[in-house]
Amino acid sequence: MNEAQTRQPMRARRSREPSEPPSGPRPRARRLRLPEQTLARHLLLALVFGVLLFLLSISLGAFDNLRMASAAYFFTALAGLTVLTGLNGQISLGHGALMAVGAYSTALLVSRAGWPLFPTMVAATVITALAGVLVGAAASRLRGPYLAGATLALAVGLPGLADRYPGAFGGENGIDVAPPTPPSSLGATFPLERWEAWIACTGALVVYVLLANLMRGRVGRTFRAIRDDEVAAQLAGLNVARVQILAFVISAACAGLAGASLVVVTQIAAPGAFPLELSLSLLTGIVLGGLGSLAGAVWGALALVFLPQWSTDVAQSFSLSNDVQANLPLALYGLVLIGVVVAAPQGIQGALRGIARLAWPRGRREPSTHQEEGDDAN
Amino acid sequence: MSRFIDLTLNGVSNGAIYAAVAIAFVLIWRATRIVNFAQGGLLMVTTFIAFSVEQATGSYWLAFFVALASGLVLGGVVERVLMRRVEGGPPLNAVIATIGLLILLQAAAGMIWGGTPRSFPPAFSIRGYHVGGHTLFFSPFDLFTVIAVLGMAVLLALLFRATDIGLRLRASAFAPEVARLQGVRVGRMLTFGWALAAMTGSLAGLLIAPAVFVGPNNFDPVTVFGFTAAVLGGLDSPVGAVVGGLLLGLSLSYVAGYAGSSLVTLAALAILIAVLMVRPSGLFTSTRARRI
Repeated sequence: MNEAQTRQPMRARRSREPSEPPSGPRPRARRLRLPEQTLARHLLLALVFGVLLFLLSISLGAFDNLRMASAAYFFTALAGLTVLTGLNGQISLGHGALMAVGAYSTALLVSRAGWPLFPTMVAATVITALAGVLVGAAASRLRGPYLAGATLALAVGLPGLADRYPGAFGGENGIDVAPPTPPSSLGATFPLERWEAWIACTGALVVYVLLANLMRGRVGRTFRAIRDDEVAAQLAGLNVARVQILAFVISAACAGLAGASLVVVTQIAAPGAFPLELSLSLLTGIVLGGLGSLAGAVWGALALVFLPQWSTDVAQSFSLSNDVQANLPLALYGLVLIGVVVAAPQGIQGALRGIARLAWPRGRREPSTHQEEGDDAN
Repeated sequence: MSRFIDLTLNGVSNGAIYAAVAIAFVLIWRATRIVNFAQGGLLMVTTFIAFSVEQATGSYWLAFFVALASGLVLGGVVERVLMRRVEGGPPLNAVIATIGLLILLQAAAGMIWGGTPRSFPPAFSIRGYHVGGHTLFFSPFDLFTVIAVLGMAVLLALLFRATDIGLRLRASAFAPEVARLQGVRVGRMLTFGWALAAMTGSLAGLLIAPAVFVGPNNFDPVTVFGFTAAVLGGLDSPVGAVVGGLLLGLSLSYVAGYAGSSLVTLAALAILIAVLMVRPSGLFTSTRARRI
């Protein structure tokens, strides 16, 4: 992912030079500045988010910091999935399995090989990206429900490896990982949960910057072109299979990092943490939030963390029989899913955009206009 | 050798159930281009209804037919009340709606019947046939399972091929606009298609329930394998669903018998990938030119 990311502006520049109009350095200068602006804007936004998250983290207690960390790793996974499904049009019901690859890589490297945490997280991302090459190569031949079926089988099948090879993967009990130790420069009493939240949020911010740039650039454009019309994209000279594999690799890398962050937070990699429900809830997360936009991934991540919490609170506020009490959160979750897709087909982000448009009819446009185009094309 | 025969027979009876679930997926895919993830929830609820009727009246066959009828009703209601609102929208939204419905149905079943799985009686004995001093892995109930699913498949084929309403169903699936111009009530046909699919699913639920018990989540594996079978055979082909179901049932039975049951889900993945790499649209889908 990194390679594609850094190479992309350079290539764009190179490919533009021959078609440059001979007279006029001005348009050229303006054109060249654009990607840098994009990068600067996203870096600036990430910095603002980072500061906000930092302030939030130091003002919250241990439990809320853990929830922050959960939201951060959900965002990491959802951002990757929304690029794959929303931008490139490939459905994946197997992202839980890819998260499992990242999580198990982290657990094995830290607990068995004794690697330090940060190189491990990078390695887990790379390993999952390599797994993404395999899955993506298979996926590039499949369309629609066949891709859904194959990735569903992946989500159900892969955790079976842990049971099959208990020696390597710890079986049902999984692999325990020692909690990360906050650096001593932060003070002896620095809470562990805050450190975990920082790690997960840093990962999420890195993914945000990289993906936001990617979506605005040439790669994002080719993704959208193939989603909207494969044949036209092919006629325009795009190698459809290669682009689809690239999308899967990027998405898998995000899932891998999310899995690594998950292990940092939960300190265990076990098959029970990656059931089919995880993969399904990732898919519901991107649709709930708003397909194809990173802001939508943020809403989706918040929904995945707070919706179960909220529905449990609601359920407990009534005095009900045990069976009803135990199942009410689930029922509310199902109802919210149905309600959102019926009432707000473009997800939370789409609904917010609609409200913003009502409030400022001809006012400022959001920086992410390309996402609107993408949503309309859906 | 006797083990091989046992595994084969076991695979056929399991495969028949996967085939029934696969047919349910195929019917809905053909009619509305939606993968119905709520299938498992629908057949779970109808089997719970059968359980309650059986408990109240003691009659297995009454429960059996009440379950089929309630499947018919439930499927129709789901299409009319929920799916009609998301059809024609972004395709992924329909999928999410069915996932939401699945979660809702599982929660509702947990509220009404509790989370502990209940035992459900088989229609016939589940003691294997004795052949030459050896007890086969194949009981009268397994035989009933195979006959019931094949009978259902034949009836559905007759309905689709030989009746007027079948022609309308096919017309609304293949060319809704043209069908509407010819006076077919396409909306009703879609509702009827969902009803038929849910009924087929409820048959699968009744047949697998004695083995897996009746609980909110107990039908998840059979649903996943049924979907896998449908993808294997090709989502547009009912014949493919039956063949895919039997193929998957047999393969998984051999894998479980010879290599261990922990490999079953991995084997399903491997079979699916192997088949899809050769035939990306399943075994029985005729290759179509891609539309521009």
